[in-house]
Amino acid sequence: MTPPVETSAQMSEATALLVEPSAMSSRQRLVRTVLRSRELSIFIVLVLVVLAATIKNPSFLFSSSGWRDFLVTPSMLLLLAVGQTVVIITRNVDLSVGSILGLTAYLTGRLFVDHPSLPIIAVVLVALVAGAGLGLINGLLVGYGKVPALVITLGTMYIFRGIALTWAGSSRITASQLPESFLDLGTQQIVSIPVLFIVAIAIVLAVGYYLQTARSGRELYAVGSDPDAAVLYGLAVRRRVIGAFIVSGALAGLAGVVYAARYGTVSSEAGSGLELQAVAAAVIGGVAIFGGSGTVWGAAIGAVLLVTINRALPMVGISDFWQQALVGALIIAAIVLDRVLALRQARKLIEARDES
Amino acid sequence: MSSDLSPATLQLRDVSKSFGPVVALRSGSIEVQAGSIHALVGENGAGKSTLVKIVSGLYRRDSGSLLLDGEPTDFGSTAESKAAGVAVIYQEPTLFPDLSVTENIFMGRQILGRGRRIDRAAMYAEAERLFQGLGVHIDPRRPALGLSIADQQIIEIAKAISLDAKLLIMDEPTAALSGVEVERLFTVARRLRDEGRAIVFISHRFDEVFALCDTVTVMRDGSYIGTRPIAETTVAEMVNLMVGREVADLYPKQENEVGDAVLEVEGLNSAGVFHDVSFTVRRGEIVGLAGLVGAGRSEIARAVFGVDGYDRGTVRMNGAEVPAHNPRAAIKMGMAFIPEDRRKQGLVTEASVAGNIAGVIRRSLTRGGLLTRAAENKAVVGWAARLAVKTSSLDMAASTMSGGNQQKVVIAKWLASNPDLLIIDEPTRGIDVGTKAEVHRLISELAGQGMAILMISSELPEVLGMADRVLVVSEGRLTADLARSDATPERVMHAATSSQEVAS
Repeated sequence: MTPPVETSAQMSEATALLVEPSAMSSRQRLVRTVLRSRELSIFIVLVLVVLAATIKNPSFLFSSSGWRDFLVTPSMLLLLAVGQTVVIITRNVDLSVGSILGLTAYLTGRLFVDHPSLPIIAVVLVALVAGAGLGLINGLLVGYGKVPALVITLGTMYIFRGIALTWAGSSRITASQLPESFLDLGTQQIVSIPVLFIVAIAIVLAVGYYLQTARSGRELYAVGSDPDAAVLYGLAVRRRVIGAFIVSGALAGLAGVVYAARYGTVSSEAGSGLELQAVAAAVIGGVAIFGGSGTVWGAAIGAVLLVTINRALPMVGISDFWQQALVGALIIAAIVLDRVLALRQARKLIEARDES
Repeated sequence: MSSDLSPATLQLRDVSKSFGPVVALRSGSIEVQAGSIHALVGENGAGKSTLVKIVSGLYRRDSGSLLLDGEPTDFGSTAESKAAGVAVIYQEPTLFPDLSVTENIFMGRQILGRGRRIDRAAMYAEAERLFQGLGVHIDPRRPALGLSIADQQIIEIAKAISLDAKLLIMDEPTAALSGVEVERLFTVARRLRDEGRAIVFISHRFDEVFALCDTVTVMRDGSYIGTRPIAETTVAEMVNLMVGREVADLYPKQENEVGDAVLEVEGLNSAGVFHDVSFTVRRGEIVGLAGLVGAGRSEIARAVFGVDGYDRGTVRMNGAEVPAHNPRAAIKMGMAFIPEDRRKQGLVTEASVAGNIAGVIRRSLTRGGLLTRAAENKAVVGWAARLAVKTSSLDMAASTMSGGNQQKVVIAKWLASNPDLLIIDEPTRGIDVGTKAEVHRLISELAGQGMAILMISSELPEVLGMADRVLVVSEGRLTADLARSDATPERVMHAATSSQEVAS
């Protein structure tokens, strides 16, 4: 089966085990990378879903409210998915983002009710800082506690929700209590693109740019790819992990503002369950659950796809049960695909090594 | 040696390090000059790796002095040692598999362009330049995932060069390399030496030490033994310095009656792991499986027991064929296996001592499908006493015990199943000297009672002291089968380092 001795003797010194540099031009390489990327395949699925829904019911896309909903509805999940991606890349997970969103959404409402004179931008900043603070708590517990983030953030998920419940009780903020100018943010458009969507996309671009081009951004990937090696490299592993949780918390805080602006009504239960959707969006978008690889572009498309499927399926006449099952199938398909590809690559390498 | 005007690049004096009660490094000393390749040799467990980790800033020394270029130094982290110009290449290269080769080289100190933005083009160009200087062709854009160990080491070296390291430590870099790859590594190492860098080279292969290095320091049992210029020493002297003690007095070996074959392995083969392995183990016999780390010893044992599969060959117990890849069947046919990493594979550290010992025979203790604490304790108490497991109570969690006592619990666990064959991997790793002797006595006694024992060990004295017969594995093949009287350290070492290229 494997003739090990002969072939290694036949191999000339010059060629043995050397990896040739690629001869592709940079444009060829770019085209190849895009064509093979996970982002593209997810994007194609998204286009197909939108097409199917639009053919069945043209108002899905071609009506002013349809177009607006198509872009506004995913905005909140976009923010959460981006934050979640940053955390997952470091081989952690943040399950508390839904609760942080709930807390900051209620905080936003309360600020407008109790201090009507506050400018909107100040409220946004307070929500951002509050979210970042809650993220810092997560980060410190994970960084110093030596307990898996899954457990820590599962705990803080309940704690943060508990705080929201105690604070809000059964009361809720309603649209009539919020200033008009704030609620307008939920519907306002610039060149027919909703403001909230622009905000979300700006965040996606900023975080994506950071992960690609900043030293600390690349170090997040390194930490997730092999935490032990990261220590040997002398990277500030703990600081990076804490930073990732702060980003995730801050973005969840911003998502809380978006929630309040979009729905106008905030109860203590706002945003529950969204944390799992954020994880799902990242996984569907090709972010490896064990860290080290994936992009926010993928997670962003994953978030839009997830929300759009949920809105499109009822229109195509598919029942509630099948909607959930389909999302589940999508997640499993994404993970199985990753696993199959990884196994195939590993097998190829072992064969290549045995032959040499 | 200290006649040079400039101080040595690295000087360690009487450095010690303990982990709890286990002394890993008693008194480590070494002096490495710039522009020289210095070999550090010693048996496994002699403290070489601990010494390396102290220099790299991974461990903090308990006492002794560390001088870099004559300056007293203290590293609190790997980042500090790196900044001081120390680069370490570990036996298993530590790269980020998901990231590109270039990113691996520059991680943490990427070349920045305008606005503190990473300048990828400059990094690729620099990586290409580094590879050219090393005389290798590696695509700087490919991910580190899937590189051969040899190429991964080249990446590590490129990293060290780009750091402009003045001290490069290579911990057994050749353990997993083929002849051609070793030559390439040596060429690179010589070039770095000629540039005036200091290199520490750790290896078990004497031919390599003599081919590459100019000075050699020998360590034994965590202590400095001696330093010799390569030109003035011989293999025989080095082995003497390494082994050092009379093997016989340490090992209470009793003479046993050797009976019929218990385990017969024939033509066992697993592509890329081990090749065409055949041997037998008889009743009352201790067979030592010696070889270098990574030679495939543990893999052979795992395949025999059925934890891993194999693609050709047969395994027979008492004449009956054992199905492949089926540990439960192997246990039923009388095999027991004590793995190397007892914390991970051999013990449920959170469970009680009794629970651990009773684990394997659980089925026979159940009454109507239920397992009672009382039944467990009753079955276990005799075994624990026989092995002199020091524990205040059988209910104590295994994780709170010392390494030696944990090992005894693992042995007890398998003995409770009354096996014909015991496979034991590194029986005394991480155990203090006193308990070591107890474990040895126990193994010897078991053989005396007619059990067949296959013992894997990286400690040469242990193999020579305990085994009736020594099998030597090198690069996945059996290269020697030595009777107790023929097994000398030189012969075993020679067989363990003979690579395929030499043999064929």
